[in-house]
Amino acid sequence: MTTLAVFSMFEGYSAEELQAIFMMQSFNGLSMFAVFLLMALGLAIIFGQMKVINMAHGEFLTLGAYTTVFVSNSVVGSAEWALPYYFPVAIVLAFLVAGALGYFVEITLIRWLYQRPLDTLLATWGLGMIMQQSFRSGFGAREDSAVMPDWLMGSWAVTDMVDIPINGMFMLVLAAFVTGLVYFLLFRSRYGLRVRATVANRPMADAAGINTKRTDRMTFALGCGIAGVAGAAFTTIGSVSPDAGKLYIVDTFIIVVFGGAGSILGTILAAFTIAQTQSILEFFLSGVLAKVYVLLIVMGILLLRPQGLVKAKIRR
Amino acid sequence: MTTHTARSSLRRLLGAAMLSVAAAPAALAANPMLEEYPTSEVNTTGLMVTDDTVTVGQLHSVTGTMAISETGSVEAERLAIEQINAQGGVLGRQIEIIQEDGASDWPTFAEKAKKLLISDKVGTVFGCWTSASRKAVLPIFEKENGMLYYPTFYEGLEASKNVIYTGQEATQQIIWGLDWAHTEKGAKTFFLIGSDYIWPRTSNKIARFHIERYLKGCKVVGEEYYPLGHTNFGSLINKVKLKKPDCIYSIVVGGSNVSWYKQLNAAGITGDSLAKRGQILLTISTTEDEILGIGGENVAGFYACMKYFQSLDNPANKAFVAAFKERWGDDSVIGDVTQAAYLGPWLWKKTVEKAGSFDIDKIAAASPGIEMDNAPEGYVRIHENHHLWSKARIGEMMPDGQFKVLAESDELIEPNPFPEGYQ
Repeated sequence: MTTLAVFSMFEGYSAEELQAIFMMQSFNGLSMFAVFLLMALGLAIIFGQMKVINMAHGEFLTLGAYTTVFVSNSVVGSAEWALPYYFPVAIVLAFLVAGALGYFVEITLIRWLYQRPLDTLLATWGLGMIMQQSFRSGFGAREDSAVMPDWLMGSWAVTDMVDIPINGMFMLVLAAFVTGLVYFLLFRSRYGLRVRATVANRPMADAAGINTKRTDRMTFALGCGIAGVAGAAFTTIGSVSPDAGKLYIVDTFIIVVFGGAGSILGTILAAFTIAQTQSILEFFLSGVLAKVYVLLIVMGILLLRPQGLVKAKIRR
Repeated sequence: MTTHTARSSLRRLLGAAMLSVAAAPAALAANPMLEEYPTSEVNTTGLMVTDDTVTVGQLHSVTGTMAISETGSVEAERLAIEQINAQGGVLGRQIEIIQEDGASDWPTFAEKAKKLLISDKVGTVFGCWTSASRKAVLPIFEKENGMLYYPTFYEGLEASKNVIYTGQEATQQIIWGLDWAHTEKGAKTFFLIGSDYIWPRTSNKIARFHIERYLKGCKVVGEEYYPLGHTNFGSLINKVKLKKPDCIYSIVVGGSNVSWYKQLNAAGITGDSLAKRGQILLTISTTEDEILGIGGENVAGFYACMKYFQSLDNPANKAFVAAFKERWGDDSVIGDVTQAAYLGPWLWKKTVEKAGSFDIDKIAAASPGIEMDNAPEGYVRIHENHHLWSKARIGEMMPDGQFKVLAESDELIEPNPFPEGYQ
């Protein structure tokens, strides 16, 4: 990829055109960042705070998406007037449904497997399969998508040439909101204090009267709930199918590992770096090549910094 | 997962119930054509054929990522078989089905194909959807001498004695569609887009060759591939905006379709906005099935080149659509491949009757020239290379998820799976 080749691509275009494309392209990187961040936040919380590798994370995303599709279908079927307003409700519902399932899964499956990371990996992988098949039996194997309210569709024409997709902006706002919420919960609330105490030193936290088991359950539920929110948000840009989770899980893990296991700040940085890199590379190369280069860059940086971008402060 | 045992016992039950009603019990079970076609003569190779039944295999993915697409094919084949049975079956024998699940996994397809051919000895197989699954089972069909009716439009470059291809090969879909874009819509610059695997890549290769060699003053201004299941097309859409091609030529496959069209819409690229600038979007991979998931409002005004649309206005198609909806529900939609799958059992029945035998060699030899006057897509005929002569059509996507048929080829297009110089 020589600089010459890069510049030759732009021959014959006016400065105005190029400016418009660059604006739209940088916004594209931003909305990709929002998508990545939403995907990875829940996993980062669970992985970082509990050292549980949740291979079913993608399925919790899918669950959130299906919740949205379900609400959308009910609205279209019976209450057309609610179409413009249902989406925020669906997001909250997705959070609750995925969170509730996460809570239940923690009680029945995860809590027996703490300190056995490989077993959790297998167990959650199996859980993912069970969830996939349940989606297939419940919603059918075909792709499904939610009917979007009008205010989420189309684009905002900044100038004649620049179109900013509204769903991208929505995704950004939502990602900012969810990140803010997570920050507040973990660093500005009693619950967060308990989580951090548990992570730092479990026996001592137990001794100090913190119910660490309950903290674990809430944390796992929170992570799954955020995955549900991400899934709900993704219905604005794509479809959902029973095995959609597979598509997300790889990217999600790359971001979390690259960011530094469990650091929320690291996850944000990693999502931003990877999104921007991929967005820029995609513009100059083909989609597949861009992905390859992104992976190579991530691997290179991880070789130099095995702990990821930001090292989580955990006393061992 | 064998359904035939359950079904035959069900039929026995029904038969018993009918016996008590009907006064002529002997006429029920007997095969009226047995005199003319005794089993020993119509089945010399040990296939699963009895005096009053013949068993066929169905090999599609009902689980995994391809289940989305293959469900329609499964339903269409079943409908055809049920209709044939209601008309008295094939050579007086009722068709029974053994259904196997390829599970969207190519080695599984190969395993199940072996089971159907070697242990079940089925008379024929209706199945496969992706080229990858077809390539996985092809050696088995050739070695074990089975017959496969394959319904999907595909990249061509293949012709087997043991396969009947009921979908279009590449030249029947691509070349005619590009010519239409050039002559009717004045397209001179093309941007080729596809999912990253064999079918879109081969198709775009043929498209590029045709554009550069045969269309005067036309050129390809971009060619891009994204992995199957990719959901972020922002960068690609910006490139398309920069290049301003007259024709966005899309072979995006499967679930990516939804993201692709939703994001086009969100970036301000719609049928209307393209029309204002004299551009079009033409696809060969988006059927009614995909539009169901995308939402018609996101694709209105784009064009597709297929041989079949659900909205085709002819009596045979109207009857087919009505029967399909009655059997599989009012919400079901019928795309190009679903219709091609529906042809499989009918073509097989006609071939067996012409050959007067279930033997694979005789069916293979009797296939060329088999014709259907009343297929939903219109008249079709099997070519010596085991593909179908069929028409190509252009449809415009409507907000309700159906197509408005705008143009069709005057003549049947000859299938040419090995186009000269295109490889």
